[in-house]
Amino acid sequence: MNALISTALSGVVMMFVGLFVRNKQNIKFFAIAAIIVAFIANLALYPTVEHGGYIVYGMIEVTKFSVVFNAVVLGATLLYFLLSGSEFEKVGEHVADYFALIFFILAGITLASSFSNLLMLFLAIEILSIPQYILAGADKKNLKSNEASLKYFLMGSFSTGILLMGITLIYGAAGSFNITELGLGSDPVHPLALCGIILLVFALAFKVSAVPFHFWTPDVYDGSPTVFTSFMSTVVKAGGFVAFLRMFHVSFAGGAISQHWTLILAIITAATLILGNFSAVFQQSVKRMLAYSSIAQAGFMLFAVISLNNMGAQGIILYAAAYSIATIGVFAVLMKLKDYTFEGFNGLARKEPLLAFTVAVCLFSLAGIPVTAGFFAKYFVLSAAIQHGNLLWLVILAVLCAAVSVYYYFRVIMAMYFKQGEPEVLPVSGGFKAALILTVVLILALGIFPNLLLCWL
Amino acid sequence: MLTVLLILIPLIAGLITFGLKGSGPKVLSIISSLATVVLAIGAWCRFRTAPDSLNVVANWIPQLGSQFRVGLDGMGVMLCLLTAIAFLLVFITIYSRKFERPGSFYGLMLLTQAGLTGVFTAFDALQFYIFWELALIPVYFLCSIWGGEKRIAVTFKFFVYTFLGSLLMMVGIIYLYFQTPDHSFSWTSFASLQLSQDQQNWLFWLFFIAFAIKMPIFPFHTWQPDTYEQSPTPVTMILSGVMVKMGLFGLLRWLLPILPHGVMIWSDVAIVLCIIGIIYASCIAMVQSDLKRLIAYSSIAHIGLMAAAIFANNEQSLQGALLQMFNHGINIVGLWIIVEVIEQRLGVKNMDQLGGMARKAPRMAIFFVIICLANIGLPLTNGFIGEFLMFSGLFQYNHWMMAFAGLGIILSAIYTLGMIQKVIFGQENELTATTTDLNAGEILALSLIVIMIIVLGVYPQPMLDLVSNTTDVVNKLF
Repeated sequence: MNALISTALSGVVMMFVGLFVRNKQNIKFFAIAAIIVAFIANLALYPTVEHGGYIVYGMIEVTKFSVVFNAVVLGATLLYFLLSGSEFEKVGEHVADYFALIFFILAGITLASSFSNLLMLFLAIEILSIPQYILAGADKKNLKSNEASLKYFLMGSFSTGILLMGITLIYGAAGSFNITELGLGSDPVHPLALCGIILLVFALAFKVSAVPFHFWTPDVYDGSPTVFTSFMSTVVKAGGFVAFLRMFHVSFAGGAISQHWTLILAIITAATLILGNFSAVFQQSVKRMLAYSSIAQAGFMLFAVISLNNMGAQGIILYAAAYSIATIGVFAVLMKLKDYTFEGFNGLARKEPLLAFTVAVCLFSLAGIPVTAGFFAKYFVLSAAIQHGNLLWLVILAVLCAAVSVYYYFRVIMAMYFKQGEPEVLPVSGGFKAALILTVVLILALGIFPNLLLCWL
Repeated sequence: MLTVLLILIPLIAGLITFGLKGSGPKVLSIISSLATVVLAIGAWCRFRTAPDSLNVVANWIPQLGSQFRVGLDGMGVMLCLLTAIAFLLVFITIYSRKFERPGSFYGLMLLTQAGLTGVFTAFDALQFYIFWELALIPVYFLCSIWGGEKRIAVTFKFFVYTFLGSLLMMVGIIYLYFQTPDHSFSWTSFASLQLSQDQQNWLFWLFFIAFAIKMPIFPFHTWQPDTYEQSPTPVTMILSGVMVKMGLFGLLRWLLPILPHGVMIWSDVAIVLCIIGIIYASCIAMVQSDLKRLIAYSSIAHIGLMAAAIFANNEQSLQGALLQMFNHGINIVGLWIIVEVIEQRLGVKNMDQLGGMARKAPRMAIFFVIICLANIGLPLTNGFIGEFLMFSGLFQYNHWMMAFAGLGIILSAIYTLGMIQKVIFGQENELTATTTDLNAGEILALSLIVIMIIVLGVYPQPMLDLVSNTTDVVNKLF
């Protein structure tokens, strides 16, 4: 709740800051201060929800889970601002507006983690989507950026339409918008409710770019300014997942109803894993590879939704943290390079050892190598699926796909460490290097002691 | 505490080494590995008097029921000792050699040692898995940076292969975790599981593939000859001397005690695969002219025999396999040291270009012959007693399988003696005439090896006593 209020307010304030503060550096500092305030405000709520949440006007339910998730999201955004905040000014003139849009997205995500009413779900999804359409097109004079924006907007509008239709059907079947009172568990399940659930699956699968609803992803992520791709493919995606998780775990988990959608979602997961991983193998540009890798990682996060247990919920928090930190780290270094192809990384280890080391640790984390956060993230979601009992085939498939993922992640490491070359690197500041070290420390700390995060749950 | 130190010393020394320059890295590496040898011998003494004092348990991830749980049994002591000795030998041998970026090279080597020791001491499945992976990462960098021409592709194949295997093992570990009543990863909870026949039936493969890739057993061996050939020789020594033992260790520590029925059902299949591997690898070794590839294939054959003996699973075969794990480690490191010597002096490793080295390098020739004979398993060398036990164990299991595995011995004699003949005897040529004999470090390393070969060949009893409790543990379960 605190996070929602503070991010929404910060968004409004940021718009006015643009009018009064001319120095772009100061705007960035202002944004960092605002996110730290939001982070602290969010954590201040923790003692009150530690032993059970509370409901605000039947619309929002503040729980321990949502507070911890918001903390992860806000923390990741803080890291993102520290690493890439100065890239904002390279996109265009309206730096303060970009920060404002990011804060609005954050407001949407915090709503997505704590809605208790279907209308709030709809609002959350819309609030976190619309600023993204603008950010995707922020590079106004670039055709690809325009294309990304338009494509994202059209596809996003359709999926929102589908989401609304699903909500309507579920309301028709249950007579309530409150997600805890839908009462759809009894057998036989109302056919309207079934249609509604399927439509919800499709709409949310679109938001988290699961196959076969992923077609927008590579183009949008590739076309958008890199600095915004970094945010859209990490923090925002985690927001989509938390909405997915909350909706399905609260409303559609009990009784006979879960059988009706788990198989569909399992097939979507399998397709996401296979297509995401195998397409990433064939990419020539690291940015595009990361776009496909985000699809592949979404496949792993879907495990948390299907498996319907507590381990999955813990897994999604850990995965959101591990995946966001690592991807933001890789993008931050990528933006310092002139050449976005794999060859652009050749010889980076010689020239900029710290940058190369950070990228290597981030990629290890994405590949799920032990002692990095990514290992325990994968561990938790796979455990959740094994605990579920009937998904062992999917787990084996996921493991095979994880082995494929090593191929494209390690291509970057091979380029940096084993190949000769003279990469063109933009000058990096001391602050940037400090932020990179912070990234590495976070990844390793979560990889050795995952309970640093889990002890809060 | 002793056990934790065995992991910590190389880990900390390794991290420090990254920052050192000049001759700092190699001096620190020698000191660190000497310290671990002393500690490992200390652990052996402690094991005879108070074995429980070697176990350490500390809280790690309470939410998961995973603890930091290290300990040493007889097999663990033996393998830690082997690891420590092998690294010491490697460091002594390469003392006079110059490496590009020595800090990183020695640092990664020491990290490998920490990872390997971690694998051999882990009594918590999750921790075992983590160390299993960790041992691989520094090796990947070592081979890819300092290796031969085709190193990048070859090492990557090696990495993906083993990574895939370990992921399958992870699925198995998580599955077992949920079967334990107290949701714990500890070895004792795993070993006391009562799993149904069906479960063991398929779980066996998840673990077996991971270990088979590491050893390697036919048909999972294709990464091995290329990797051994392309790696820098010091790394190859570690790979073949110690790292492949991880697979055998996995069989003994995790597969046999936890899935006894799975092993019973599939042991015939596994042994047949091993025997195919032995014969196939020996045949290829006979026609190899590249020294490194020849030894690589001979290693596949030897490891295959050990794996077959483990799956035969009776007291004699297990004791033989355990003993041979140590002896093979020592002998193969010796062979690689000779290869390193030749490669450094002459720059070639093709046997057709060699010959007559005994005249210019008589000391090397003597060491070479002794180590080769030990590798064949001649009586009074350390290879003999292990092979004898393994064969008598296999004989109890199945006469025919023993007969086919025995072919490997004959073939091994053929290619090993052929190798001796081509390298050190025969006609001297222009290239080999320029060779020089061993330097002090190499003599020291090789003498240590030869001493161990002869002492353990004549009096293997201490080693057998050391591992006897491990075979008891495994046998009790059947």
